[in-house]
Formats: sequence, structure tokens, C-alpha cells
Amino acid sequence: MSKKHWLNIGYDRSKYPETGSDGNLIIDEQSHKLVKVWQGPNHPGVTGNMSVELTVSGDEIVEGKTHVGYLHRGFEKLFERRKYIQVFPTCIRLCVAEPDYNEYNLAASVEELGGIEVPETAQWLRTLVLEMARLQSLLRVVPGQGGTTGLGLGVQWGVYLRDLILDRFEELTGGRVYHMYIIPGGVRGLLPEGFKKRMKANLKEIDKFIVDIDNLMFSNVVFKKRTVGVGVIDPAWVDSFGIVGPNARAAGFKRDVRKDYPYLKYEELDFDPKTATESDIYTRSRIRWHDLKMTVDLIRQILDKMPDGGEIRAETPNVLHWKIPKGETYVRAESSRGEYGFYVVSDGTEYPRRINLRGPSYVHAVSLLEKMLVGANIADVANIMVSLQTCPPEIER
Amino acid sequence: MKNFIKDLGYKFNISEIEYQRKNLTFLTIDKENVVQLLAYLRDYEGFKHFVLMTAVDWIEDGIFQLTYILNSPEKKIDLGIRTKILREKAEMTTVHHLWNQVATYQRELKEMFGIDFPGSPRVDESFILEGWDNIPPMRRDFDTKKYAEETFFPRPGRSTNDPSEYMKQKLYPNE
Amino acid sequence: MNRLTATEDKLPASVFGLPTNFLKMKETDDNDKFLHEENKKREATAPDGSIIEIDPMQDYFCDARPQVSEPYKIKIVEKFLNWARSESIWVLGFGTGCGSIEIPPLVTPRFDMFRYGVQMRPTPRQSNAFIISGYLSVKTLKRVIRSYEQMQSPKYVIALGSCTINGGMYWDSYNTINRLDQYMPVDVYIAGCMPRPEALLAGFGKLKELIKTGRAEKANEYVENFDWYKANQKKIIKDWNMPDYNW
Repeated sequence: MSKKHWLNIGYDRSKYPETGSDGNLIIDEQSHKLVKVWQGPNHPGVTGNMSVELTVSGDEIVEGKTHVGYLHRGFEKLFERRKYIQVFPTCIRLCVAEPDYNEYNLAASVEELGGIEVPETAQWLRTLVLEMARLQSLLRVVPGQGGTTGLGLGVQWGVYLRDLILDRFEELTGGRVYHMYIIPGGVRGLLPEGFKKRMKANLKEIDKFIVDIDNLMFSNVVFKKRTVGVGVIDPAWVDSFGIVGPNARAAGFKRDVRKDYPYLKYEELDFDPKTATESDIYTRSRIRWHDLKMTVDLIRQILDKMPDGGEIRAETPNVLHWKIPKGETYVRAESSRGEYGFYVVSDGTEYPRRINLRGPSYVHAVSLLEKMLVGANIADVANIMVSLQTCPPEIER
Repeated sequence: MKNFIKDLGYKFNISEIEYQRKNLTFLTIDKENVVQLLAYLRDYEGFKHFVLMTAVDWIEDGIFQLTYILNSPEKKIDLGIRTKILREKAEMTTVHHLWNQVATYQRELKEMFGIDFPGSPRVDESFILEGWDNIPPMRRDFDTKKYAEETFFPRPGRSTNDPSEYMKQKLYPNE
Repeated sequence: MNRLTATEDKLPASVFGLPTNFLKMKETDDNDKFLHEENKKREATAPDGSIIEIDPMQDYFCDARPQVSEPYKIKIVEKFLNWARSESIWVLGFGTGCGSIEIPPLVTPRFDMFRYGVQMRPTPRQSNAFIISGYLSVKTLKRVIRSYEQMQSPKYVIALGSCTINGGMYWDSYNTINRLDQYMPVDVYIAGCMPRPEALLAGFGKLKELIKTGRAEKANEYVENFDWYKANQKKIIKDWNMPDYNW
């Protein structure tokens, strides 16, 4: 017999949640021993506008369900109504954190279907823009992991430095968040005068930040206590759930599209994505920190190696009357969250038949998150979600 | 790659092969053989990574094309498996037992295209939309512009131009 | 769309505890099918063993009609209050759309909005300004209405981006609204896709000016035209399964 509660509530909570004969937790909502808690959409602890429906027993989660659709704009329907060149300004809004991967993927698939070769300088510029997008995203996410455990200082530094990168984007493309820089056949412009010098000055500041965040976050006792051993992804899940990017690398799988399927100029660059085996939140965060270091290094290499001038656009048909030949393709790129792909089907007209996005969050934030939440503490939900780098718009489009 | 596809052709009844890139091939196969092919590729050929699954509406032919894209991390090649199902009786065998994330894709397809996957977990729950009472929105016969104009309150004064017509008027009217 | 006159609407819904059935959703069976399991009528056993009947839609939510918050009678006090309100705009931290990516730069040193007395709050109860950051899907609009109605008066709405003005990029989308002011009262619009942080700061400046001069009265307009707004909201939210007013 277990001890009776002094308040005489009548329910014995010590045994719950119980495990059934099939190994799963028994979830009986009528038993009054479980409480349903909604985390989101209006909640500071969720990543963007999504929500998680949690069934908790005490402070342990027995069931979590992801609810998405709050950001659904019907993109894939809208693409059917727009010409290929009109899709560009629309599709970048698919993911606000790193819009450039959308541009690149669409441009690459249109070029592949239309049979267009991109000039050398344009390829370098595309590589630069993609790496800058990764840098600005990581500058928000790496300290953001500390932010979920109450370490707000790193976020303040990171977002400030991200703003510097956004300034460089503005200089290069004219846009702060949405750039529309990559177009079919090439890019929209060359580097402005003095861009390399200013970019390198920014990178120097980020170098300092990388050391500082290492001292601030990764040696912090609270951060370690909250993250080491929490939110572990079983390496067996990587293939059965389709986990990609840093989350797979933290589990010991060397998955990086830039290495496996080199696109643009990544073959000529020297980099080595880090892997680890612990696969908890701390390790994933650490992998992202290494990615940040690697990205800074990559941008330096790109700036040194890229030619100063040259052709930036290949000859294309008039984009307003451009009939893309019938066919279909799948093009992928490595975003900061992992494999990011576009499946494009053309039916031989000016309008795309179908453009489908494969975002890493589609897997990470729905089926994987639901699996990881079972047995987790309710205080760790935000921590786990940020460590998976969830971006809701790419789930629901 | 080509040899591998050839070997696959002996085992399965592949009706159409399309080499898109050096590491991407699209195969077309009957609806009945899809599950066997997917299971075979996963278990024996190392196509462990399920990339995506989606549908394309070919309304003029009255069919839905379902595409499964698989990736082999070791061989570093992609395989797109296409199958065709009838539009009227849109139903497909579920493959949620092969990969854990497939159930989500099937739930989305059920909602956006109206393709049923009997036996897939939570397939009838709404995934993205809420309180939707029209035909599934991703079908080609659903007119989103008409629906938006009827349902929401468009601000008066908004005009739209066909970009090619408009540019012709502005830039080279005499041609 | 004829707006109801203010006098009709100002009638308090519940006088001396009389039933206020006319305000609640139509009490038909077809409405119950949208109700979530936890909101349906049920019987429950109390800890002491007695069986009680629970109707969550009636028992858990307040069904009184919202009231117009009148200005303070003494003018100088009202002026002082308005000054105080304008210097402490507390924004609800609900990123409803992609415009929320420009909020982090605003709370960090570069654009620091705290120097204007603007800060983010985690819950509607503590905030008096609502930033609708961009496009609103129908599913979010439902949550936005609930959050907005939970906020304390006086409250203000800032609509961000061209999507809230006329639909913007998504004007022909089947799931995003075109005009926000049909469903919620909007005090300040900030145009752009997406608006820069400087534009947001300018928007806050404009809102401050409106509050100081006593012109930020949109929350009262919402109360006065409550039925019109509700009718519009119910037109697009097909599965209306919440109480009409739930503060």
C-alpha cells in the first residue's frame, strides 16, 4: 500500500502513468489522473506559430500531439496559379528564417528542367548567399538554445550580430529578410564595392562571439544540467524517421548534402561537418556551434576564392513566356536544419504543375517530436523543440 | 545506376524508366506492387532514407500520380517511384509501417487531395485545415481565387494584370 | 453590411443574473458537433462522491457582453492616464505570421524598443497591444480573437505588413484573410513586406501619439459593433466551438 496523501485527495499518483501490456503508456483521459496542457500557439516557449497538445501526469508527459496549420497559406495551390518567375517572390516566404534556400532550390530545378548552365561567378555568388543565410540563421539558433534555459544574454549578442549580416544582405540584394537575389539563370547583381572588406570585419566580430558563447553557454552549469542527457534521439530513429542535418550528425550519421551531393561550388571548398554520438540537446547544440564556426570559415574561403567580375546571368528565354519542358525533378540543398528539397513537376506550360517542399521540420516537428515528448518533463518541451530547430511554415506551407 | 535499375526490372514490373540526373531516376510501377518495391528497396538495397511522398493531380487524365522519393545514403542515389491511382476512387495502400514519418504525409494527402489510406494512424484527423467544408483544396478543380473572393472581403480597388500582357503594353506596345 | 447602432449594443447582456441565452452560440445540435470533448456537457464525480453536471460552455466562461470603457470624468486625470498608457505599451508575444522574425531585433540592443516603453509579455492578461505580424490564416484568426478578447481594456491592435491590409501576396489564397479590419479593430497599420524594425518603431510612435490624444478608441468600437464583428468572424470560422465572449 502506498502512502495516502495528507490532503486526502483520494487518488494515488505514485503509480501513474502505468505501462500497459504492449509496453506503451496507458492513457485514460476519464481517469482524472491526467491533465491536458496546450503549449502554444500563443506561448513563449514554442518555436513560431504552432502548438503541442500535451497530456501530462504530474510533470511527466505521457502523450504529445503536434498541431500545425496556423501558418498555412496554401502555397502549393498558389504556385499552380503563378508563372515560374512569379513563384520566386512567393516561394521565399516559405521559410522566413532562411529564405534563400527556397530561391536556390527553385532556380536549380527550373534550370535543370530547362537545361540552363549557370555561369561561374553566379555560382560563387549563390554559394556565398546560401552560406550567409546559414550564418544568420545559426546566429539566432545557437544562442537561442541557451535562451530556452533562461540564458538571455547570448540571444542579445547573437541577434545583434545577425543584424550585421542582414545589413550585408541589404547591401548585396536590397532586402533585409527576403532577398529575391537568386533568379533562374544566375543572380541579380555583383558584389558592391568594399563588400568583402565589410563582410570580413563582421566575421571578425562573429569570431569573438563564437569564443564568448562557448564560455557563456557551453560551460554553464545550468545549461549543462538542463541539456546533457535530455531529449536523446536514438540512432536507430535516424533512418526510420528520416532525420537529417545537425540532428542526424549529432546521432553519429554523417549526413550533409554539401558533402554527399555537392552542388554549386562546395566541391572546391574545404570543410568537414562534425559528428558526435551522444545525441542529446547539448550535443546538437554543440554541433550547431561547430557549424557556425565552419560557416564563418566557409564564407572566408568563398570571399578569397571567388572571381571579382564576370558573367552573372545565363541567357534564358523571356521569363514571362518561358515554357519549361515537361518533366519532374527533385533538387536538394543543405539548410542549417538539414536537407531541404523541392520536388517540381512541369507539364510543359508556363505554369508549374506541382511544387512540393520537403522541409526537415516536417519530420522533426511532427512524428519525431511526438515520439520524443513521451516521458519528457514538461519544462523541457521548449528546449527539445528549439534543439530540433523547428520551423513551422515548412510543415504546413 | 543503370545496371541497378536493370536488375530491379527483372524483379518488378516497371512500366516506365526516366533517367533525370546521374543520381536521380524515376520509375513508374503499378499501384499493387508499390508496397513490395518500397519494402524491397528499404531492406535489401539500402534505400533507408524516405525523402518525401506527394501527389500530383492530372485532372485531364482523371488520375492522381503518387510519388515516393527514396534515398540511399550509402550509394548516394535517389529513386522516385511513381504510381497512378484513379481520381474517382482515390485510395492507396498505406506504407506507414515502413517508415514512421509516412503517417504524417498520408494524413496531409488525405486532407489536401482526398486520397484515402485505410489503416494509416490518425489519417482522418485534420492536419492543417480546421472546419473545412469544401472539396480538398489541392485538387485542380478547386478554384482558390473564386473561393477567396467569395469568402473573405477583398479590399476594393485592387487590380491585377497579367504580367506578360502588362509588360508588353508598357515596354513594347508596337510589336 | 449595416453596422448596428451603439445604443442597441450597449445594453448589458445580463441584468441581475437573468439568463443570457441570446448571446451564446445557437444552441442546436449541429453546433455541438464542433465542440471539443472537454467542452461537452457531462457528468462528473466530485471528490466527496456526489455527481454533478457540468456544462463547460456555461460554467467555465463568462458570457456577459463587453462594455465600453468610458474615459475618466476629470479631464486632466484622463490625460495623465493616457500619457501613462502611451509610455507603457506591453505587446503580447504571439508571433502570428512571418513578421515575427523582426521582433527579436527590436528587443535586442540595436533597435531596442524598451527605451520607448514597449516590451513583450507572455500572456494576454498582462499586455495591452497586439501585433498581428503579417498574414492570418483562418485557424490562427480563431486564436487571435480569443487572445484579443482576453486582453484588458484599453487595448490596441497594430497590423503589420501588407497581408493584413489587402491580403498582400496571398490575396487569392483560400486560407488567409484579406482585410483584418473586418474581423478585428485596427489602430495602426504598418505597411511593407515585411516592415523593417524602423517602420515598427515609427508605428509604435504613431500609436503613442494616438493614445496621448485620446484617439486610440478602436477597442470601444469593437464593443459597439460587437455583433457585426462576430457575424464576420463566424462567416469564415466554420467550426465555431468557443463562447462568443470569453474574457
